[in-house]
Amino acid sequence: MSIPDTGRRNREVGEPLFEARSISKFFPNVCALDDVSLEVYPGEILALIGENGAGKSTFLRILNGDYQPDRGQLRYAGQVVSFASPRQAHQSGIRVIYQEPELVPTLSVAENIYIGELPRHGRFVDWGRLYREARAQLGQFGFAEEIPPDKMAGDLTPAQRQLVEIVKALKAGVRLLALDEPTSSLSDEEAQRLFTIVRQLRQEGVAIIYVSHRLREIVQLADRVAVLRDGKLVAVVPASQAKEDELVRLMVGRELTAIFERKPHIRPEVVLSVEGLCAPGLRDITFQVRRGEVVGFAGLVGAGRTDLAKALFGCVPLTAGQIKVDGQPVILRSPADAMAAGIGFTAEDRKQEALFPSLSVRDNVSLCILERIRSWRFVQRRREAEIVRHFVDKLKVRTPSIAQEVSKLSGGNQQKVVLARWLAREPRLLILDEPTRGIDVGAKAEIYQLIRGLAADGLGIIFISSELPEVLGVSDRIIVMQAGRITGELLASEATEEAVLRLAMVDHLRREGLPTDSMASVERSVL
Amino acid sequence: MNIMNILRRPRAVGCEPVVDTRPLWVRRFGAAVERYIGAERLGLVLALIALSIFLGVWEPGKFLRPVNLMNIALAISITGLVAIAETMVMISGGLDVSVGAIVGLSSVCAAMAMVLTDAPLASALASLSLTEPTFQTVHITLHVIVGVLAGLVMGVVAGGINGLLVTVGRMNPVITTLATVSVFSGAAYITTGGQAVGVINDAFNSIGNGRVWGIPIPVLILLVIAVVIGVFLSRTDIGRNVYAMGGNPAAARLAGINLDRYKLGIYILCGLICGLAGVISTARTNSGIPTTTQTDLNFQAITAAVLGGTALAGGKGTVVGTLLGVLIIGTLNNGMIILNVQTFYQMVARGLLLIFAVLLQDWRLRQR
Repeated sequence: MSIPDTGRRNREVGEPLFEARSISKFFPNVCALDDVSLEVYPGEILALIGENGAGKSTFLRILNGDYQPDRGQLRYAGQVVSFASPRQAHQSGIRVIYQEPELVPTLSVAENIYIGELPRHGRFVDWGRLYREARAQLGQFGFAEEIPPDKMAGDLTPAQRQLVEIVKALKAGVRLLALDEPTSSLSDEEAQRLFTIVRQLRQEGVAIIYVSHRLREIVQLADRVAVLRDGKLVAVVPASQAKEDELVRLMVGRELTAIFERKPHIRPEVVLSVEGLCAPGLRDITFQVRRGEVVGFAGLVGAGRTDLAKALFGCVPLTAGQIKVDGQPVILRSPADAMAAGIGFTAEDRKQEALFPSLSVRDNVSLCILERIRSWRFVQRRREAEIVRHFVDKLKVRTPSIAQEVSKLSGGNQQKVVLARWLAREPRLLILDEPTRGIDVGAKAEIYQLIRGLAADGLGIIFISSELPEVLGVSDRIIVMQAGRITGELLASEATEEAVLRLAMVDHLRREGLPTDSMASVERSVL
Repeated sequence: MNIMNILRRPRAVGCEPVVDTRPLWVRRFGAAVERYIGAERLGLVLALIALSIFLGVWEPGKFLRPVNLMNIALAISITGLVAIAETMVMISGGLDVSVGAIVGLSSVCAAMAMVLTDAPLASALASLSLTEPTFQTVHITLHVIVGVLAGLVMGVVAGGINGLLVTVGRMNPVITTLATVSVFSGAAYITTGGQAVGVINDAFNSIGNGRVWGIPIPVLILLVIAVVIGVFLSRTDIGRNVYAMGGNPAAARLAGINLDRYKLGIYILCGLICGLAGVISTARTNSGIPTTTQTDLNFQAITAAVLGGTALAGGKGTVVGTLLGVLIIGTLNNGMIILNVQTFYQMVARGLLLIFAVLLQDWRLRQR
């Protein structure tokens, strides 16, 4: 099904560096990859896209030697290869960098880069040379100043950690670099810097496989785009000819028209009112949420949106200010207090802070309503199952049964399970922190619809997201934050990505003396 | 392994849909096994059966005698209680390596309380001028109550100390309990001056040696506690929250669960069950022994829990699984005695069993 390659590769090199020929990989009840043939050339950026469960991760794992294909053949640098372990793949110059870079947090940046082969004087580490060389490596990308080689890896930002991973791979003589969702935890600015680096690598003849959900950046960055769906390669198109909606259609196999429905459902009653809230990392936050209103929170990574969400959910004590729910002042000392006040919260980091991977779908959904469906101390199993089934159906969670262990579901379905847990409590206010992170396009659209549907039912919703199109598409009103304070508020009808970004970067723009007030906004209280 | 494959529903190997071609009765039997024993524990049941058949064929005259089987049950009753307590702690994401020490301390406490209150109790009762038989009955009954309560209270106190250190002190559970092992054992030796404390009270001793309907009382106690804790963990909201906090503490906190209160409660409940085991131990041997009857009680409890499928990382485990683990350990111990395996070799075998249990768990996880 492969379409002739007319991409804008920098160097026309006849031989592909890496070639997968008709590879298939089976798991119990799933065919993860089905007869996939794909090749990468040196000096090319090949984007790999597809919904979650389409087989991208499996492909990367085969590339990395984590899995062996059940059928088919791998060719690398003109020879048939089979990697028994990631170590063998590394030695051949293949490197996969995953979403969460695997650095040792308690070692310095330099040690991480040179781990396993630290420069030595006899038996002793030559620290001087180590730091000098690490600084030179980082300097290639102009980051020697920003990332001191003696800094602990654990103190780096996600973007910096990713960069260190890339430097580490390059130092090991990488020829094929695969990046798995590298921008999912980066701000737009950081992502742009990453793209510069990736382009620089392409210039140097490295073959790059770039996996992402963000179609806009793929069209911007890649030479060719390969689309996987249900384990099959459905198309390989030159990026110059690819259009976002066309790619979406290829990925989901259907047209996604009108993802964003936005009929306002705002009612006059105020659900949440926050006045002058101060907490660690937050300054003088004042805003309101009405019933049936979706308030989007935009901002760069580190703007304090998650801190605000956690403060509203009783995870951190306030140093000043007041929170009112339905007009009643509340003091939230713990998540339990916030839940009692009618607040629900889905955390940003689904795996770490929301999901119970070893438990079933049923246990995950019913956890927060157990005290309501118990008689004496015994959970009423039948009632529990009814409620769980109701929400599993309502949210269209795809699971063979409610007894299924939740870790076996795809990311989108896991997120729905987390949402179901809170919806079962029938909260007054729902705080959603990056609810669509790392889930596929189809599931995203379902979650947008769900959010709008909940607003129609009269729920107040705080919707935090780093993806501007979805904030603009789903919210009724958008509040922009920077450095722990609110820098502006826009009605969805008048908001544009540009206007939001200006507010999100208001400090940077000020510093550079650029105009900050050229949009129709209610810019407020800049301290 | 072959039997297990027949019982399992066939899985897809390629991309074609799966057709279950097994005969109907096999399918039904497989479903029943999965439902009542659980696929994960099926291997344990088969291992137990295989072990019994082996011992039964090898030494039919010794192993299969009812007396011997009853001995196994009696021998595992204390281990079983402690293993159940340990399972609970492990599911909640903790680990308690001081369980054996708590049993020893409670055992000593029960005995000491009875010895110390013997004379005062008698003189207090004497002033009531009761008839001789009534005097005897009241005296003995009060004596038993004092002994049992002392053991249980000691268990609760010890568990509470562990719990407070883990929650308020924010200490790592393994280090905490490793330290308290020494504290509790030392306290037990100090209390008794290093000697065993004899108890002569038939009513009390019958807790350890008596029978009801031919079944030893310790075995009955184990069964009752197993049912209570099993139901507590799987059917109550508290129990379900315990699984949640073990499975993902950060998420459990954000789901409104008060982690500290739960942890404290779990360690106290663990202490209470160990206290009960201590009382039974005193009653069985007619004396409070500071070293505890089995120094490797911790070890066996953890082995049984892991063998039964309790996750070392927390969030997973069942009382049924742990009981099966305890049965396997008990049968193996008994078999080694019957086969005249030397003590030191027995130690090696027990260590290998724990290693095997952990490897097995890891293998099971990777299977999926």
